[in-house]
Amino acid sequence: MSLAFRVEKRDQGSALFRSLTIIASVLVALFVAGFLLLAAGVNPAAAYLEILREALGSTYGISETLVKATPLIITGLAVSVAFRMQIWNIGAEGQIYMGACGATGVALFSGLEAPLMLPAMFAAAFLAGGLWASVAGLLRARWQVNEVIVTLLMNYIAILLADYLIYGPWKNPDGYNFPLTAQFVDAARLSEYFNTRLHSGFFLALFCALAVYLLMERTIWGYQIKAIGSNPAAARYAGMKTGLAIFLVLALSGAIAGIAGFSEVAGLQHRLQHGLSPGYGYTAIIIAWLARRSALGVIIVSLLMGVLLVGGDSLQLSWQLPVAFAYAFQGLILFFLLAGDFFINFRLRRVKEDADA
Amino acid sequence: MPDLLQLTHIRKTFPGVIALDDVSFSIRAGEIHTLLGENGAGKSTLMNVLTGFYAPDSGGLQLDGQPVRFASPRDSLALGIGMVHQHFMLVPAHSVLENIMIALQGVPLLFSRRQQRARIEQTIEEFGLDLDLNAPVWKLSIGAQQWIELIKLLLRDCRLLILDEPTAVLTPQEAAKLFQVLLRLKQQGKCIIFISHKMREVMEISDRVTILKKGRSVTTLEKGEFDQKKLAGLMIGGDRIPEWQKSLPFSEEIVLEIENLSVRNDRGLADLDNFSLRLQKGEILGIAGNGQKALAEALTGLTRVESGRVLAAGEDITRSCARSSYIAGIAHIPEDRKAIGIVPDLSLDENLILKNFRAKCFRNGVFQSRSAIRDNAEEKIGQFAIKAGPPGSPVRLLSGGNIQKVIIARELSEQPAVLVALYPTRGLDIGSAEYVHKVIADGASNGMSTILISEDLDELYKICDRIAVIFRGRLIGYADPTSSSRAEIGLMMSGEVSA
Amino acid sequence: MLEILLDATVRAGTPILFATLGAIINERAGIINLGIEGLMLIGALSGFAATFASGSLLLGVLAAFVAAFIAGSIHALITVQLRGNQIVSGLALTMFGIGITALFGRGVVGQTIDGFERHAVPLLAQLPLVGKAFFNQDWLIYFSFLLVALIWFFFYRTRWGLELRTIGENPAAADACGIPVNRYRFLAVACGSGFVGIGGAYLSLASTPMWIENMTAGRGWIAVALVIFASWSSFRALFGAYLFGGITAMQLRFQAMGTTVSAHILQMLPYIFTIVVLVISTIRLQKGASQQPGNLGLPYDREDRK
Repeated sequence: MSLAFRVEKRDQGSALFRSLTIIASVLVALFVAGFLLLAAGVNPAAAYLEILREALGSTYGISETLVKATPLIITGLAVSVAFRMQIWNIGAEGQIYMGACGATGVALFSGLEAPLMLPAMFAAAFLAGGLWASVAGLLRARWQVNEVIVTLLMNYIAILLADYLIYGPWKNPDGYNFPLTAQFVDAARLSEYFNTRLHSGFFLALFCALAVYLLMERTIWGYQIKAIGSNPAAARYAGMKTGLAIFLVLALSGAIAGIAGFSEVAGLQHRLQHGLSPGYGYTAIIIAWLARRSALGVIIVSLLMGVLLVGGDSLQLSWQLPVAFAYAFQGLILFFLLAGDFFINFRLRRVKEDADA
Repeated sequence: MPDLLQLTHIRKTFPGVIALDDVSFSIRAGEIHTLLGENGAGKSTLMNVLTGFYAPDSGGLQLDGQPVRFASPRDSLALGIGMVHQHFMLVPAHSVLENIMIALQGVPLLFSRRQQRARIEQTIEEFGLDLDLNAPVWKLSIGAQQWIELIKLLLRDCRLLILDEPTAVLTPQEAAKLFQVLLRLKQQGKCIIFISHKMREVMEISDRVTILKKGRSVTTLEKGEFDQKKLAGLMIGGDRIPEWQKSLPFSEEIVLEIENLSVRNDRGLADLDNFSLRLQKGEILGIAGNGQKALAEALTGLTRVESGRVLAAGEDITRSCARSSYIAGIAHIPEDRKAIGIVPDLSLDENLILKNFRAKCFRNGVFQSRSAIRDNAEEKIGQFAIKAGPPGSPVRLLSGGNIQKVIIARELSEQPAVLVALYPTRGLDIGSAEYVHKVIADGASNGMSTILISEDLDELYKICDRIAVIFRGRLIGYADPTSSSRAEIGLMMSGEVSA
Repeated sequence: MLEILLDATVRAGTPILFATLGAIINERAGIINLGIEGLMLIGALSGFAATFASGSLLLGVLAAFVAAFIAGSIHALITVQLRGNQIVSGLALTMFGIGITALFGRGVVGQTIDGFERHAVPLLAQLPLVGKAFFNQDWLIYFSFLLVALIWFFFYRTRWGLELRTIGENPAAADACGIPVNRYRFLAVACGSGFVGIGGAYLSLASTPMWIENMTAGRGWIAVALVIFASWSSFRALFGAYLFGGITAMQLRFQAMGTTVSAHILQMLPYIFTIVVLVISTIRLQKGASQQPGNLGLPYDREDRK
């Protein structure tokens, strides 16, 4: 008796089934990642418990999770705005760095006072991130140059540019030659809460989510973005300027990612330093992919990723795991999500062998 | 002698659609068996089951009395079943030789081009065809591309050949040649399944006819048992067909004028070459021949015009984009409705405002007015009898006929002076097609002028006031559907006669 | 001076060359693989670890091929059999590769091996200017020359190559002719990935015979861009990889000469250069008849209704 299966397309299934599939995919990914941990000499059960304890077991842990979630929410939104137009902004990492450079430049050299300083830093970060991404936007809109490759390569350039500044002209003259800029003045710092590192960047992130939701779901601009994303030929035929829209959306996406850079330097690090972002821009791709169309989804997924990152940091300390290990986790989660998509979009059916026919 | 092939109780469903529902069908050796049915009746689906492209949900196949099951086209091909698909299975960038070679059996891993070429050329000559094996496929006419597909099957020595609407892309003269070849193959003992919905052809060539309707096999008739009227009755019997009447004679006023228009395609060839045309108010002007598509695109601003002018009501609209053309009063039913007519993931409501989403009534500042958009949709759904799904569901889930209605509702909502319709009934069932004709005819009585581009001469004859024929991008002349014969138009389309 | 620069060009270009050739095989079958960066790292680590353990460079190269073949199979499984999004799957593969090599590379950090040595080709190595650069190199570089020719021969002179190209252009056409589309695609992705792995191994077995975390530093992405520059042709890939190698070699040369320009700025040059090349080749592609496989990036579902 042969066991033959046939693949059949289906209409997505119910929302419950979709959510369950996604949750199951993540759980299977964590299970498989457990074997990697085992191979690396780490007890996976203990490691996972430690992640949960560290990230959620105390007020401090929860505040750290929110701190990690802050740049993730903002960059997740940045990537998802472009996603809606089928544009891949893989350059959020570099745009965070550029935003941070913009904000730092204003903080260190503008000499502005309290009420103006933070808005000026915000604006500089927004512009820097936006301009950086608009290079890819221009190339894509004007000549259909693959934006995935351009945004990605520009990450390397952005990080080198930040390094150049930190090691060169912006290096703290009193910093014993460490690759750091000087600390920001108080006027250039976001307020902190509850005696933790939680800063108003988190509320900025929530505000960004609301703004992106309104933009995408309520305005004629969001309507155009969705129309172009779903069918650019039809949008063009209906008179939308698709090239301009691609340029603007990539620029906006980069500008939002730039805000994350602002939030990191003004809220958390209070200076520009090497390794400003441990790959938030890449994690943002997973977040946007997982959250699909929803700004609320971006917040939820970012919080979950925040747990993973806080826990991961502590694993590094207690088990001497490399920082980049978190990437292996994230890669596995993506693999299993994609595999899970298959079961959302298709159904396997046993092939009936007609006994007598 | 048992039938060559038998299909029994075939059922095939797609998400939300029952494409085939209990279809049974058998083919005898050495016959030309026509599968007749409207668009959407399930003819192509059935053939895709037969060639292993679709796996049926239930039902069985028997070849020479033995049950068979095809897991892939490979299996059916191995048993000598080959098909010329409606969408050709060719690689445009590859040469004719390469396209044919992948279909050949027994090509060694390291092959000699010369040997393979000789083998192919022999067959091409045998059937008196003319093909340049070195030319890339994209340079060939659609008719020539179809010959490549047929040669692939002949070289594989298929015993059952399936041709899916092969005459749709041919001029009457080319179709006649195809029929000669088919009859010759029949004499050689091959068996042919011929798919069509054109009665005249069916009468001419079929030994037997099976009629499919809405995914069910209605009946099979032997030669002598059927005539055109009977077939038409079986094919569309019981369907509600909207009624319409041709409009009154149109006025002399010229609403659209094309002067010496030239358009090149992206490969640098001239699609339109010094083309001129005049459209009168309230007229339905048919266009036949190649270059039609370029004309429609030039008129609606989708293609760049190389030289020449387009005047709408005396105003030069040559170089404006699609938006300002629309404002200047040209509506457009595009050729590929799913490709450029709708935004598949947006809802019906949102698709209906695709062209005028900026209109004041649909927004407050930059925010969209959801209630106004909803009201507009409800009005259009009623007016154009659109069968809408649940509110908010993506428009791609609608049927082809309903999607076409959505496009028409949107395009005609602003009372356009000119409508450019490209193959507006292609792929629609008769009820929907007649509805489209009715809308165009009603529009004409209200003074709207229509340029109707179609590859179906029957359609042009039925609805048009005049037919303009293009050959190699030039206007050959006008034909009057009441007095010119098909053969005359066919000769004009192949450039052999000018009016 | 020019001879040295040319020699450095070939050595810097070779890992990219292998990676570009592997990516071309992927894309010819219609599958975009953005996992090249991760695959190179996997190849680099497994090649180094195998050589370190066994002392055999040949085993190292084989291990790199096999490990990247297996990792590429994940991408193949997801994109071909499960019809998943090729861009996301490729990014996942890159992330996975970076992470897993960081994790398992800890054991061999700081270890050294005897890397590939130069073997001069008699006579040819005596040629003026190009002799030393091209014919006084290691076996892997000679293998890369051979691979360039073999891939061309495969695609244009063998039946399998023709069938694979047809799949990349129009999988339904191949399917209609009885060619098993998914099996071919899977093998093309996995084998292409294997060659990418050898490119990574070149870094850890020849360029700098040691393992350094994230030692590819974006070369995989440069290879992805070079596929477009190369118009999916292996000979043009050779040219593109050496162009990139030349920029890298010059940049290193400047640094060694101790210019006043910051090393960080100089290090940007290869990336900037790659973007410029990508833009130029994209524009050129649009002007001529495109060489891009017609079905690139799309999954094939036989039952998709047309």
